[in-house]
Amino acid sequence: MPISAKNAPRVGLFVTCLVDSMRPSIGFAAIALLEAAGCVVEIPRAQTCCGQPALNSGDTAGATEVAKHTIALLEGYDHVVIPSGSCAGTIRVHYPELFPAGSPWHARAVALAARTFELLSYLADIQRFQPQGVALQARATYHDSCSGLRELGIKAQPRKLLAKVEGLAITEMDGAETCCGFGGTFCVKYPAISNAITEEKTANIKASGAELLLGGDLGCLMNMAGKLHREGSPVRAFHAAEVLAGMADGPAIGEVA
Amino acid sequence: MTTAFIERSNRALADRNLKLAIDRTTGTARTKRAAAVAAWPQFESARDLGRDIKDHVTANLAHYLSEFERNAIASGAHVHWARTAQEACDIVIGICRAEDARSVTRAKSMLGEEIGLPHAMADAGIERVETDLAEHIVQLAGDTPSHIVWPALHKTREQVRELFLAHHTDPGALATVEAMVSSARRQLRQKFMAADIGISGANFLVADTGSICTVTNEGNAELTTTPPRVHIVTAGIEKLVPSTAHAMSLLRLLVRSATGAELTQYTTFHCGPKRVGDADGPEAFHIVLVDNGRTKMLTEGLAEMLRCLRCGACLNHCVVYRQIGGHAYGGTYPGPMGAVLTPVLDGLPIAQDLPKACTLNGLCEEVCPVKIPLPAMLRGWRERAWRDGLEPQTIRNGLGLWRFMVVRPGLYRLATRIALPAIRLFARRGWIRSMPLAGGWTRHRDLPAPAARSFMDQIRSQGR
Repeated sequence: MPISAKNAPRVGLFVTCLVDSMRPSIGFAAIALLEAAGCVVEIPRAQTCCGQPALNSGDTAGATEVAKHTIALLEGYDHVVIPSGSCAGTIRVHYPELFPAGSPWHARAVALAARTFELLSYLADIQRFQPQGVALQARATYHDSCSGLRELGIKAQPRKLLAKVEGLAITEMDGAETCCGFGGTFCVKYPAISNAITEEKTANIKASGAELLLGGDLGCLMNMAGKLHREGSPVRAFHAAEVLAGMADGPAIGEVA
Repeated sequence: MTTAFIERSNRALADRNLKLAIDRTTGTARTKRAAAVAAWPQFESARDLGRDIKDHVTANLAHYLSEFERNAIASGAHVHWARTAQEACDIVIGICRAEDARSVTRAKSMLGEEIGLPHAMADAGIERVETDLAEHIVQLAGDTPSHIVWPALHKTREQVRELFLAHHTDPGALATVEAMVSSARRQLRQKFMAADIGISGANFLVADTGSICTVTNEGNAELTTTPPRVHIVTAGIEKLVPSTAHAMSLLRLLVRSATGAELTQYTTFHCGPKRVGDADGPEAFHIVLVDNGRTKMLTEGLAEMLRCLRCGACLNHCVVYRQIGGHAYGGTYPGPMGAVLTPVLDGLPIAQDLPKACTLNGLCEEVCPVKIPLPAMLRGWRERAWRDGLEPQTIRNGLGLWRFMVVRPGLYRLATRIALPAIRLFARRGWIRSMPLAGGWTRHRDLPAPAARSFMDQIRSQGR
């Protein structure tokens, strides 16, 4: 059912600091998909980072300061959409935990959490969006990033959307739900442990026979793609949004145009 | 910064035998648990019940402790209270001396490891015979447990064979695992019958009967606690349950989560010493109730950890444990549950790496049979480490600078505009193989080159 312009939701797109610096095409794919789903997309100009580095380092005061900045920035939209499960999880699950219950900031955090969504689940669950006229001849495998999977319940949604891409076959790898070893600052604080976890992940990716690795979180994708490249594997990596927006004919993560 | 934890984990990562041993055991455990859970439609509600039983006891700890004590004494047991590990060891050693015990058998108990009982017995000159097969292996190797359910998980069968050949009096050829088990059985059987005292832990302390419950798959707990004159139980106070029915509810969760079986081979409720007319049993029955930080956990926001049944599911499913094994953690308890408990037992300054060496992927909480919010508790320790100033100054400075810019978008944009082209100078054909300050990443993987222009800059040019 097409949504009329009058009741089209005003969506604030928060692209995440990684997409901003490392792979803007994911942000443009998100805009294209949200508009195709009938949303009015706005890009809040003062957006930076959701604060995960502070939150995961135990710097609660720092995380709270960043959360206040982000809440004030995003609370005016009907919906806030983020092309990352872990950043959406930070706002949905962890922002409310930063403020004492009953405080004005807690109420604002809870209100924002209820209107914040990860991109792929937003498209599938809230907008009932089905991509049309997108084709990609490829065998792909999908990695379920942990925060999206366990904090937000994202599992079926990306597969449902990708099933509509003509010519694309999804081959499930062993351990699709197993952590890739990224873990944010974990991967640079404990690089040897992280590497051992990632090696098992890339072995499963390669064993799946897929040509493409897809996922919904750029941090995890950079970790796995970086390891695959170091190992000399030809497997290429894209964010699922890029595939759904018909942008997977361009360079994959780490490739030059 | 290379810490003792990182050194230990590097050694573990270099040990391919260890990796093989971990994969074998935890892999089987994961598969069997998954099958057991899939065959139990009420698993989720059973988890809720398990959580509620444990939380109810924790909220009424004093009530159930005194009920347990009253009923245990009525059954003829002696009940001892130990605030610390040292007090607990002193009580056990005191009983051994009073009974003039030469040889003491012990059934596997992680609480015993936690309080350092093996050491205390050695210092007191008392012969300690570990009767759990895996603990027997650990004892022969002069080692410590590396898993709370399979203490010798880190030993391959080839290594066990060598140990038995060197230490057993009548090993034979030891060509098969069965032959190794038989050799251990021959070695231990005479010790069982000759022991003066048997020491066990307890999986449950049942308040309304004063009994204690042990579960094993080898029957060694029964052989440890029945023939000797004296049975000593050492147990943490969080093992309390209101009644046998509650113990049974938790047993269903514990065993399926640990091994995937419906029940252990041996599940025994021990109630007081031998009574008139009993064919066997100890003449004296001592129960040592150990606090050792548990009541402190209640007041320091760690009450949920007192639900822990010690099933080991969080270890078996942890991506970090599966790479580095138990010894790298440096405490009695490894894996996610150990990363929460070790800072309590050994202090956060020593154990601060443990809560940090975690990807926060959440699988441990998902498999925990009593729904302990392990990731949130690990986050809690990280917050404490930050508050206590344990985080290295370089990281504090870096995060401080980052935060300063993140809440100042204009400055953040400017910094991005300067940094992105500078970082791109290190890239060759789209990838960075090494770069100053990025060694943590590039030692093991390539870094995709950042964008020439950030998303926000491109958006601004488009006038959106």
